[in-house]
Amino acid sequence: MKRLTVSAVKGLTNKLALWLYSLPLLGFSALSIGASSDTEEISSINLRPGATEISGQVYDLHMLMFYICVAIAVAVFGVMFLSMYLHRKSRGAKPANFHENVKVEIAWTVVPFLILIFMAVPAANTLIAMEDTSEPDMTVLVTGSQWKWHYKYMDSDVEFYSLMATQREQIENRFDKGENYLLEVDRPLVIPTGQKVRFLITSDDVIHSWWVPDFAVKKDANPGFINEAWTRVDEPGIYRGQCAELCGKDHGFMPVVVIAKEPAEYNAWIDEQEAIAKRAREEEQRLLAMNMSMDELMTEGERVYNAACAACHMPNGEGLPGVFPALKGSEMVLEDQHAHIEIVLNGKSGTAMQAFGKMLSLKEIAAVVTYERNAWGNNTGDAVQAKDVNAVVNGN
Amino acid sequence: MSKATDVLTPDTAHHDDDHHDHIPKGITRWLFTTNHKDIGTLYLWFAFIMFLVGGAMAMVIRAELFQPGLQIVEPNFFNQMTTVHGLIMVFGAVMPAFTGLANWLIPMMIGAPDMALPRMNNWSFWILPGAFLILLGSLFMEGGGPAFGWTFYAPLSTTYSNDSTALFVFSVHIMGISSIMGAINVIVTIFNMRAPGMTWMKMPLFVWTWLITAFLLIAVMPVLAGAVTMVLTDKFFGTSFFDAAGGGDPVMFQHIFWFFGHPEVYIMILPAFGIISQIVPTFSRKKLFGYASMVYATASIALLSFVVWAHHMFTTGMPVYMEMFFMFATMLISVPTGVKVFNWVATMWRGSLTFEMPMMFAIAFIVLFTIGGLSGLMLAITPVDFQYHDTYFVVAHFHYVLVTGAVFSIMAAVYYWLPKWTGKMYDTALAKWHFWCSLISVNVLFFPMHFVGLAGMPRRIPDYALQFADFNKWISIGGFAFGLSQLIFLALLIKACRKEGEAVSNQVWEGAEGLEWEIPSPAPYHTFETPPEVK
Repeated sequence: MKRLTVSAVKGLTNKLALWLYSLPLLGFSALSIGASSDTEEISSINLRPGATEISGQVYDLHMLMFYICVAIAVAVFGVMFLSMYLHRKSRGAKPANFHENVKVEIAWTVVPFLILIFMAVPAANTLIAMEDTSEPDMTVLVTGSQWKWHYKYMDSDVEFYSLMATQREQIENRFDKGENYLLEVDRPLVIPTGQKVRFLITSDDVIHSWWVPDFAVKKDANPGFINEAWTRVDEPGIYRGQCAELCGKDHGFMPVVVIAKEPAEYNAWIDEQEAIAKRAREEEQRLLAMNMSMDELMTEGERVYNAACAACHMPNGEGLPGVFPALKGSEMVLEDQHAHIEIVLNGKSGTAMQAFGKMLSLKEIAAVVTYERNAWGNNTGDAVQAKDVNAVVNGN
Repeated sequence: MSKATDVLTPDTAHHDDDHHDHIPKGITRWLFTTNHKDIGTLYLWFAFIMFLVGGAMAMVIRAELFQPGLQIVEPNFFNQMTTVHGLIMVFGAVMPAFTGLANWLIPMMIGAPDMALPRMNNWSFWILPGAFLILLGSLFMEGGGPAFGWTFYAPLSTTYSNDSTALFVFSVHIMGISSIMGAINVIVTIFNMRAPGMTWMKMPLFVWTWLITAFLLIAVMPVLAGAVTMVLTDKFFGTSFFDAAGGGDPVMFQHIFWFFGHPEVYIMILPAFGIISQIVPTFSRKKLFGYASMVYATASIALLSFVVWAHHMFTTGMPVYMEMFFMFATMLISVPTGVKVFNWVATMWRGSLTFEMPMMFAIAFIVLFTIGGLSGLMLAITPVDFQYHDTYFVVAHFHYVLVTGAVFSIMAAVYYWLPKWTGKMYDTALAKWHFWCSLISVNVLFFPMHFVGLAGMPRRIPDYALQFADFNKWISIGGFAFGLSQLIFLALLIKACRKEGEAVSNQVWEGAEGLEWEIPSPAPYHTFETPPEVK
């Protein structure tokens, strides 16, 4: 029986090994270079200090932790590589006999513990500051739903949905991708600078997570419960983030965009929004007395459908078998108009079908129901008007 | 029958064992086997096949993420891939591989003839393929398989999932039953079947770490079973455990899941610590430094693992003092983990080092697992975790501890004990190719994930903003290379199983110590029918 020993695999050159093991360390040093570079630019390899005092503290903590970890890694791997070099059998190293040393073992239990305390103190201070949502200057209710955000200003009569604005054609690679690909919305949240803005965060369906990296705010939106977070933004600007908790099919297409404006500008904006909301309600009442033409309904309906319905029921109305039902050829869509309007208005509990009554105007619901009843070969010829929808709203 | 001394004298024992070996032939050998070595082999091959299946899913994920935009798969299918990839790698690859190693090694290391409950051993393996066929089969249902992440957070997995959830729940139940039976077997074997003189503090560390792992399994797998059962009844039978509308709480799901999930993390790494603690002393030709502190550190990690679960949930909106408790408790885990790393380095210090394949993987493990451990320490810091949470930084962290940690340790173990199992040295040239290709590609794959994560890329997204494009391309290239590298391993294993290569001595490695190195190579079908005397 031939004895196989070390010589069989001696060919491995230790120098090569040393170089390759140091690759991750090189990566770490790249990170620290990235950290020290221009903070105005959005770093592609590191956290950014962000736009608030808190996000700056979080960034400092991150870098402190990072440098401590690099120091530990360099020390531990250094000793290891040194023994790999010095104490190789091929250099004639003879094994020593020691296999315990109480003093050393106590030292490397106690010293890391002290380092941990050194880390824990600033971490706890920052954490307490981050979770102190008391005495806000204003409050916004943030509600996630598949796959959009809803913002309601608790101190004014303004609320709206915020949907991703990137075109489907860009995602499907038919158009060139824009600068803010996947990170742009139709209606961003607007907040004033220099004020403590409190966010109340909840969800209408599954768990989402509202995240703006530049504020160091990430808080889960739990259905049935309300979480709190806050920020005070120093500089006016546009801040972009994304939903951070897997929330179903289009989790990757649920961006957050926040615009911070000077207080005066913000006040002008919020007044304008209130006026627009008032006008829209008046317009809605006026439209109840009017009929839209089939062409108008279909054009408007297609727009609404693609914005609100196509994510689940698909642009071709065929849905995703087993997950989201088809509208093309659906019995409800072809026959029961009342039930059709009602499910769009109120959703269907126990399923992913949301209540669109609070998201869309009567006119928009009328248009989208008309569209669904006449597109993709459904051809019922039904034209649904705002007053028909209003009738269902009022229980007739 | 051989006497105790015979077993310790390999030549006599070899002759004796050969004479009495009755190895059954054909498929029934494997179906009806109660032999710990056969069952170990079955587990290891099953784990490797699952590793390739789960890896293939990772290739789909990386192909879709190669560039921005949707190219290859729909988001719904992408989510199924991330979900089933995770489930398969955790429950189908890493855990069965460790159970396979436990089956092969624990009896041989403690001088026992077999596992204590051999028929249950057979059953605990043979229900596994069924469980995974059910899980994989669910992918072909209308609407596809589970798409809610391997963590199956409610209500995404209840109200908002499709009917394949029932299959998912059933398969997880079977996996859990299998793990619990395996764990019972390990505990009973170690408690009752140690050879005379094999006292607790003489047990090899692999045995110690597996014993503690087995207790963790028995403690938490029922919790997982409870979680999936509640998901099942919430979805199909009208309960409201996780539905606020019925008085439940979706965050409670996460508490229950992570009360299982965090000890589960240590279930997947403690046996790895044991393996590394066997290999490093052998190739340093020096006793393991701090044996006792290794045992105590393992036990401390296991105990602490029960009080840190909510560090996975810092963003769910816990009271600030609860966040602080879980932050501090999590940071504490780094102390016993650090002790282990320091002990390995101290074992190497002033040893007489050689760098055969098992040692190369062990060294890679120590370095890369430590990187994963350090990023874990960063993640423990609650205020910064708000930024890291659910980004690619987390993905990088747990792949460093699970791939370059757990999986590398399993590969190290295979390279270490395979010659003992087959009696032949494997193809060392192929092994070197496998090691270097894996080592380089795995870092190209996972290291840049730290960068995109810090820069703000969320995990579990099928498409991403343009600033993440460059690194994602590299990550995908690294991923494809790492996947292909494992085919080298497959070739090596097939060659080894066909018993190609040079015969090895009983000790195999110059510095190897322990009962398993005193029996003949290849290890006879039945070993230690009469217990050896441990001095």
